[in-house]
Amino acid sequence: MIASFYSPDDLVALWISLKLAAITVALLLLLCTPLAWWLAMTRSRLRVIGEAMAALPLVLPPTVLGFYLLLFLGPYGWGGRLMHQLGMQPLSFSFGGLVLGSMLYSMPFVIQPLQSAFQAVGARALEVAATLRAPPWDRFFTVAVPLARRGFITGSVLAFAHTLGEFGVVLMLGGNIPGRTQTASIVIFNDVEALDYSGAQRLAITLLVACFALLLIVYAANRRVAEAAAAA
Amino acid sequence: MSLALDITWSRPDFQLQVDCEFPGHGITALFGRSGSGKTTVLRCIAGLERAARASVRFNGDVWQDHRQFVPTHRRPLGYVFQESSLFPHLDVRGNLEYGLHRVPAAQRRIGFDQAVQFMGLESLLTHRADQLSGGQRQRAAIARALLASPQLLLMDEPLSSLDLASRAEILPHLERLHDELSIPIIYVSHEIGEVMRIADHIALLQAGSVLAFGSIHDLLTRPDLPLAHLEEAGSIFEGVIAEHDHRYHLSYVGIPAGRLAISLRALPVGQRVRVRIDARDVSLALRPPELTSITNILPGRVMDVTDDRDPAQRLVRIDVGGRPLLARITQRSVAQLAIAPGIALYAQVKSVALMD
Repeated sequence: MIASFYSPDDLVALWISLKLAAITVALLLLLCTPLAWWLAMTRSRLRVIGEAMAALPLVLPPTVLGFYLLLFLGPYGWGGRLMHQLGMQPLSFSFGGLVLGSMLYSMPFVIQPLQSAFQAVGARALEVAATLRAPPWDRFFTVAVPLARRGFITGSVLAFAHTLGEFGVVLMLGGNIPGRTQTASIVIFNDVEALDYSGAQRLAITLLVACFALLLIVYAANRRVAEAAAAA
Repeated sequence: MSLALDITWSRPDFQLQVDCEFPGHGITALFGRSGSGKTTVLRCIAGLERAARASVRFNGDVWQDHRQFVPTHRRPLGYVFQESSLFPHLDVRGNLEYGLHRVPAAQRRIGFDQAVQFMGLESLLTHRADQLSGGQRQRAAIARALLASPQLLLMDEPLSSLDLASRAEILPHLERLHDELSIPIIYVSHEIGEVMRIADHIALLQAGSVLAFGSIHDLLTRPDLPLAHLEEAGSIFEGVIAEHDHRYHLSYVGIPAGRLAISLRALPVGQRVRVRIDARDVSLALRPPELTSITNILPGRVMDVTDDRDPAQRLVRIDVGGRPLLARITQRSVAQLAIAPGIALYAQVKSVALMD
C-alpha cells in the first residue's frame, strides 16, 4: 500500500531524509552534550562567544552556511585539501557532506535545550552526589544526565524534525543527486518545478504530519515534567 | 581523633578566619547568627568550597593544605544539607543505595536495613521525594548520608527548613544517632534550643571567626559570652533515671549535685538523660529553704556574678557538683543577700525540662 502511494523515487528520498536526520541527531548528541555542559557550568567570559556561535545557525540564511561549507570542503578549500591528502573522498556533493551541513544547521536545537536542562540540574544535586562518594564522571552520568533527560528528548526531537525539513544547506552542499543526496524536501522542490503538484503533495503531507507528530511528543513530554514539578 | 582546621577565606564583603581543633567524638555545634560563616566552614571541611589558604586535617589525614586538596568524593564524610536534597529521579531506596554502592563492602560500617530501621523509613522505600513530607525527606537524607559510612558527619541546619512537628519527629532520631553510633558530628545551627538538646561541644562563630570553643556546659554559662545572656539562657546536666514515684507521679534524675524531680516519665531506671534548667527558673537562698513548694534544691558555691542585658538583673554562675548552673536574679536580691563569688548557697529550681 505504501509502495502504491509513493513513487520509488519518493521512497528513496524519504529514506535518505530519515537516515540523514537520525545520523545527524546521534552525532549532535555526542558533540553537543559536552559543549552544552561547558556552556552551562563555565564562568569563563568565553561563554558568551560560545553561546553566540552556537545560536548563529538559527539566524544565518542556510545558503550562507551552505556556501561557506562548499568553499571549505571543495577541492580548493582547507577541508577538501586535507581530506585529499588523507586519501579520503571529498565531502562536497556526498552524503557525508550533508551530515556535516545538517549538524551545523541543527546544532542550536540540541545545544540550547541541553544547556538550560543542565543549568536547571543545579550545583546542589551534584554536590550531594560528591558527598556520597561519586567522582565527576559518575556524577555526570548518574545525576546530571537523568535530571536533564527532558533536554535530551527536546533536543533530539527538534533536531530530527529540523533536519527532516532542511532544504537550503542540502541544495548548496549536496546538490541534487538521486539516491545519494536527494532528500524529500528537495524532491518536493523538483516536483513543483516540474509542475507535478500531486507528487509534491505526497511528500509535503508526509513531512507535515511527521513534524507535527514529533512536536506533539516534545510538548507532551514537557507537560508531564511540568506537571510533576508542580505536584512536587 | 580530631578535626584540625585553619581556614582563611576572603570575599569582598566577608572575612573568615578559623583556627580550631574539634574533638573526634560527640556532637560539636557550630553556633552563630546567619552570616557568621558557619556554612562556609562546613563546606570547606567537606571540600565543597576551596579556600585559597586552608589546612584541613582529619585524624592525621590531610584533606587540604598548601600542597594538596582531596576532592569531596574521596573524603570519608557524610553531609546533610539544609533543604531537602533527595535526588528527584530516584525513589527513597535508590537515594539510600546511591552512597552505599559507592563504598567498598569491606569499609561499610552500617547496613542498609540498619539505617532504614534507624531512621524509620521501612514504609517509604518506594516513595519518591515529592511524595514525602519535609521531615520524611530529611530522615531519608540522614539515612543516605549514614549509608556512605562516614567517619565524620556534617549537618548544615538539617531542621531549619522544617515545621515544629517535623522537627520534633527528627530530633529523637538525632539523639539516637549520638548515643548509638560513634560518628563524630559537626552540627551547624542558630537555634540554641536544638544545640542544648544534642550538642556536647560548641564552637561559637561571630563575624567569621571562632569567638570561643569548649564543652556545652562551659560555653552556655560563661558570662563573657553572649549565650549566657540570651533570653532562653540556661544550663545542661547529664544524669540517669534513678527512681520512679508513682504515688506523686514523679521521676527522679540523679545528677552529681543531687537528685532532680521531674514529671513521671516512662523511661527505664538507669537510662541516661539530659535535663535543661533555664536561668530564669532558678532562685537562690542562703540557708536550706524550709516550708517551700520548690522540690528541687541543689547546694552550691557561687563562681561569679555579672551584669545582664537588663540592668535590673544579674547573672549568677554557681558550681553545683562540678557543673555550672546559671541563675538570673534581680540586682536587688544580689545586694540584699550579699551574693558574691565563693559563698555557699542553695539553688531552688522551679522547673526542669527533660530533653528527649
